Amino acid sequence: MNSKKNKQQTMAQKILAEHCGREYVSVGEIVNANVDIVLANDITMPIAIEEFEKIGKEEVFDREKVVIVPDHFAPNKDIKSAQQCKFIREFARKHNIKNYFEVGRMGIEHALLPELGLVLPGNLVVGADSHTCTYGALGAASTGVGSTDAAVAMATGRLWFMVPGTIKFVYSGELKEWITGKDLILYTIGLIGVDGALYKSMEFSGPAVDELSMDSRFTMSNMAIEAGGKFGIFGVDKKTEEFLESRSDGNYKVFYSGPDAEYEKIYNIDCSDIELQVSTPHLPSNARNAKGLADVKIDQVVIGSCTNGRVEDLKIAAEILKNKKVNDNLRTIIIPATQNIYLEALRKGYIETFINSGCAVSTPTCGPCLGGHMGVLAEGEVAVSTTNRNFVGRMGHPESKVYLSGPAVAAASAIAGRIATPGEVI
Amino acid sequence: MIIRESVIKYGDNIDTDVIIPARYLNTTDESELASHCFEDLDKDFKRRVKERKIIVAGSNFGCGSSREHAPLSIKASGVKVVIAASFARIFFRNSINIGLPVIVSEEAGSFIEDEDRLEIDLSSGTISDVTKDRVFEIKPLPDFIQGIIKSGGYINFTRDNIER
Repeated sequence: MNSKKNKQQTMAQKILAEHCGREYVSVGEIVNANVDIVLANDITMPIAIEEFEKIGKEEVFDREKVVIVPDHFAPNKDIKSAQQCKFIREFARKHNIKNYFEVGRMGIEHALLPELGLVLPGNLVVGADSHTCTYGALGAASTGVGSTDAAVAMATGRLWFMVPGTIKFVYSGELKEWITGKDLILYTIGLIGVDGALYKSMEFSGPAVDELSMDSRFTMSNMAIEAGGKFGIFGVDKKTEEFLESRSDGNYKVFYSGPDAEYEKIYNIDCSDIELQVSTPHLPSNARNAKGLADVKIDQVVIGSCTNGRVEDLKIAAEILKNKKVNDNLRTIIIPATQNIYLEALRKGYIETFINSGCAVSTPTCGPCLGGHMGVLAEGEVAVSTTNRNFVGRMGHPESKVYLSGPAVAAASAIAGRIATPGEVI
Repeated sequence: MIIRESVIKYGDNIDTDVIIPARYLNTTDESELASHCFEDLDKDFKRRVKERKIIVAGSNFGCGSSREHAPLSIKASGVKVVIAASFARIFFRNSINIGLPVIVSEEAGSFIEDEDRLEIDLSSGTISDVTKDRVFEIKPLPDFIQGIIKSGGYINFTRDNIER
């Protein structure tokens, strides 16, 4: 191995090189690489199946590496969704797909796969869901693709990739109270814009993210796509290893960016200045300090999704909602992202807190995030939501509005009936 | 192939939620998807697309979701080509994969206006704005991607390569 060349590669390059049997790949070149996991859901899988069948392969490339999660419009929200779920269920049975997760075992895909140890450091993962970039938190190269790409990957185990350049983000300074990964990523998207990392690998590093929990790291990687990113990647450290201890046999390969890796840009971000963030309608890049938005009245709060439906998020919400009531003028919907997260929240008393506060608690589903079900907004309504997108019509009526936040602002706003920070309600 | 059509112009950051709202993702039927294409952004799209079959947009067209329903609904609406200053990467891949022609041109994306009449020659690589008498060069795509386009999409391309 030409070690000089290796020292010049980023994590993204090294993982792609590994998966196409090469020692070095250069930024901008197109490579055909072997994938470790191909993922799809009840919305993207039906088209993927139709396209897969056109290819004419009898079987999927590896029944253990195809993951199917009916989470978007499941539990079935209407007859058409039921048909789609039935279609993918039949495909999963026909092909003896090991990792098909039926309602009851299902969780929101990007919380479920890491929880079950299905994605490991150094993996190359594609998923027919844009938030597949979430697994970058585990040091994997992981990205969203369309249904046709998923179909080809299911048939062949391979897919073409353009090797992305990398933008490095170095976070330093001490986080203020209540600040989580959501605030850092909204702030970052606000800084670089919704296409600020278009086609790029975003590499998150620095002493402040070393301190972040895995849950917060998943949140940050999850929203790389909201800056146009292809990957949103963290280096593996002690916290990653601890997370994986009970979830893997340790049989994975770790890649770090070389000391001479070339970055297209480096952003140094001092976190000690970052306040609780809210992104105002209709772009995730409209990040503002929550404190300046106290006059925004709201009709609904959603805490959940692949972005913020993990234990840390529910813990923060429960701390704020404990012995408080949500405002009479709004609905609060809380959705633990997986059954295990739901159980842990139950054991820790969070669910009881939520119900006593007047929140609705739901079985895992993507539902309201994309205006599917379980919390669709009417004309003129406003929501504060811990989800990932606030585009026009995202959560329902095209004249409704979504303000994106982390769990602390969402829970405080639920009590106040307007956008609020925890200090105002506790 | 020369495409002679006039333009429907949109701005920056046209996201997949306005191209095809998620509430319609409970079907894969292309004509049904087409009937809701752009309905939250442009109520007149369905009427306008009968006369004008080129979409020109600013930067980051197709940002957001990976839903292939987005380029499928545009293609099934009869749109011949989408030109944008830049595309979100998943939308761009999806369009190539399903055979919806997409052209990246920062200049054309910002210069061309609504209702302009264009002549696009995909083989010579030019966009002519006939209304404003201006010609833009199209930067050729990498050979590999051109191979997918020549096969008529990624499924055909894959089938050809498996059989070989």
